[in-house]
Amino acid sequence: MTFFAADSTSTTTRTTTITLFLIFVAITLVITVWASRQTRNATDFYAGGRSFSGFQNGMAIGGDYMSAASFLGIAGIIALYGYDGFLYSIGFLVAWLVALLLIAELLRNSGRYTMADVLAFRMRQRPVRTAAAISTIVVSIFYLLAQMVGAGALVSLLLGIREGQTFLGMDPDTAKVATIIMVGALMIIYVTVGGMKGTTYVQIVKAFMLMVGAIVMTLFVLSAYKFNLSTLLGDAAKTSGKGADFLGPGLRYGVEVAGNAKQTFYNKMDLLSLGIALVLGTAGLPHILIRFYTVPSARAARRSVLWAIGIIGAFYLMTLALGFGAAAMVGGGTIREQDAAGNTAAPQLAQELGDRYLGGSTGGAVFLAVIAAVAFATILAVVAGLTLASSSSLAHDFYANVVKRGQTSERQEVVVARVAAFGIGAVAIVLSIFAQSLNVAFLVALAFAVAASGNLPAILYTLFWKRFNTAGATWAIYGGLISAVVLVFFSPVVSGRPTAMFSGHDWQWFPLSNPGIISIPVGFLAGWLGTILSREKADERKYAELEVRALTGAGAH
Amino acid sequence: MESAPDPYLAVQQSAEFSGLRRALRNFIFPMTAGFFLWYALYVLLSAYAREFMDTKVVGHINVALVFGLLQFVSTFLIAWLYARYADRELDPVADRLKAQIEDDTTIRGGVS
Repeated sequence: MTFFAADSTSTTTRTTTITLFLIFVAITLVITVWASRQTRNATDFYAGGRSFSGFQNGMAIGGDYMSAASFLGIAGIIALYGYDGFLYSIGFLVAWLVALLLIAELLRNSGRYTMADVLAFRMRQRPVRTAAAISTIVVSIFYLLAQMVGAGALVSLLLGIREGQTFLGMDPDTAKVATIIMVGALMIIYVTVGGMKGTTYVQIVKAFMLMVGAIVMTLFVLSAYKFNLSTLLGDAAKTSGKGADFLGPGLRYGVEVAGNAKQTFYNKMDLLSLGIALVLGTAGLPHILIRFYTVPSARAARRSVLWAIGIIGAFYLMTLALGFGAAAMVGGGTIREQDAAGNTAAPQLAQELGDRYLGGSTGGAVFLAVIAAVAFATILAVVAGLTLASSSSLAHDFYANVVKRGQTSERQEVVVARVAAFGIGAVAIVLSIFAQSLNVAFLVALAFAVAASGNLPAILYTLFWKRFNTAGATWAIYGGLISAVVLVFFSPVVSGRPTAMFSGHDWQWFPLSNPGIISIPVGFLAGWLGTILSREKADERKYAELEVRALTGAGAH
Repeated sequence: MESAPDPYLAVQQSAEFSGLRRALRNFIFPMTAGFFLWYALYVLLSAYAREFMDTKVVGHINVALVFGLLQFVSTFLIAWLYARYADRELDPVADRLKAQIEDDTTIRGGVS
């Protein structure tokens, strides 16, 4: 069983993938144009008119959150390294309790369009909004780069364009660049034309496609094993050649290096560091936070997180079947041949399932194409959310409240937001093209680490600590942001290893790939120190207003 | 607004609001500590108790898998408990306070 073996299969797959993807693009563009007609004011553009139901927003959160890293990445890690991929799924899910219990409703009640609305509520506007805008843009750009470079890498794999081959007159490298430009152009269109309404519907459609795709694949895998999970696991372990080790932790994260106690210690610290960043990062991701503004009330925000937990939880449970299914039915060797990182495990599994259960190689080609199209839809929905979050912050926080000091009309603000989306999209395209040959997969984990180190402490302090002040907020954001980025810059994912981003250089001295275990405490500590060292007294009246509004919903936008 | 006694400060200091804040914090803080420690235990065991995690429970299903699945169960359970608690204990008080504040014409000018 080889991937894209026969030319006829490969042609069927390509044609079907492209056709399905074009249908998805056509549908989402129609929705975007329709949404643009419903977008009349700033609330429509930034927050979708706050008109979505809890279920709709729950689906959109799922669509915003479950990136290619979740779908292709986790399935791939499980397929190649077994159990360790599941650690990611668990961190990504448990993280939603932070959002549910501590953030979603209070943020919905007291903010308006951006994360900074809450952070700057009782502080001096300009320094806090500047810090929040910088942090929002940095987190979003990191995340965007990972997604767009990933899309470029996937296209040649999913369309089966190999070295020396051409497709529509493009060699693999040209196809990569073309994909990055196309993904960038579409996300710019979704955001500038459709605003939050358009973006939300794109995310809902994507979440629906992803869930249906995952459910069908899971059912095929489980029915192949007569719904006996133990047999599936046993088969996966046997095929992997690693036996029972494949079903326990330790093959990918926290690896024990025989005879090297120091490296073993670092590897284990790195696992803890990753775990803590995953669970604390989600509730500090700006593109997730602004989703809570799209519903009419705090109660609807709560409902949307409950739906999101259900949808995301169900999806991550299915990644077990997808990952171990790919390990058992496709096999690690065949997956590595396609992509050493395992990102093609899920599509390869789809092809195998189609071959077995949907009438031979044509069925395999079609099912592969469906899953490939789902993967592209997944990427598009996520990058649209990221572009919207960063352009909203640039327009609403930086332009309107820092540059214009609040003296601007809503109409003008939305014009700036649209221009900003265009600019951020263009920057993301250019950076992705430069970064396309570099290994930037670590950027997703870095985005989570920055969100957990800078944004989360600032949000928690401002909601729950009366004495917190402007200096504390800026120290927390900059302290967390800078420490996370600097540590990663000197970590083995950027230099000093063959798999590093700049593999030919070595300026590495920080031993961990994930900075969270240091940078998260630094962020919290900086917020506390900034507060107590500043002579500025917290504004008690504004804190009363924030607290009363956050808890009761009085005066909510 | 600045010279008049501040309506938000008055609400914040009222007994009913203090009760709401206490009811919220008494649930969310211990629950957050609980799930965080439970998750931390899972990550720590994954890092340092490999033999325990590799113990077979039934067939090829080991402690690591069961522990991981229990994280899903606890997440769903806490989400459900919070939703029920908020519906019963928090929403009625919050709604009452909100109506009271928004009826108060001195405040109405101050919030948009």
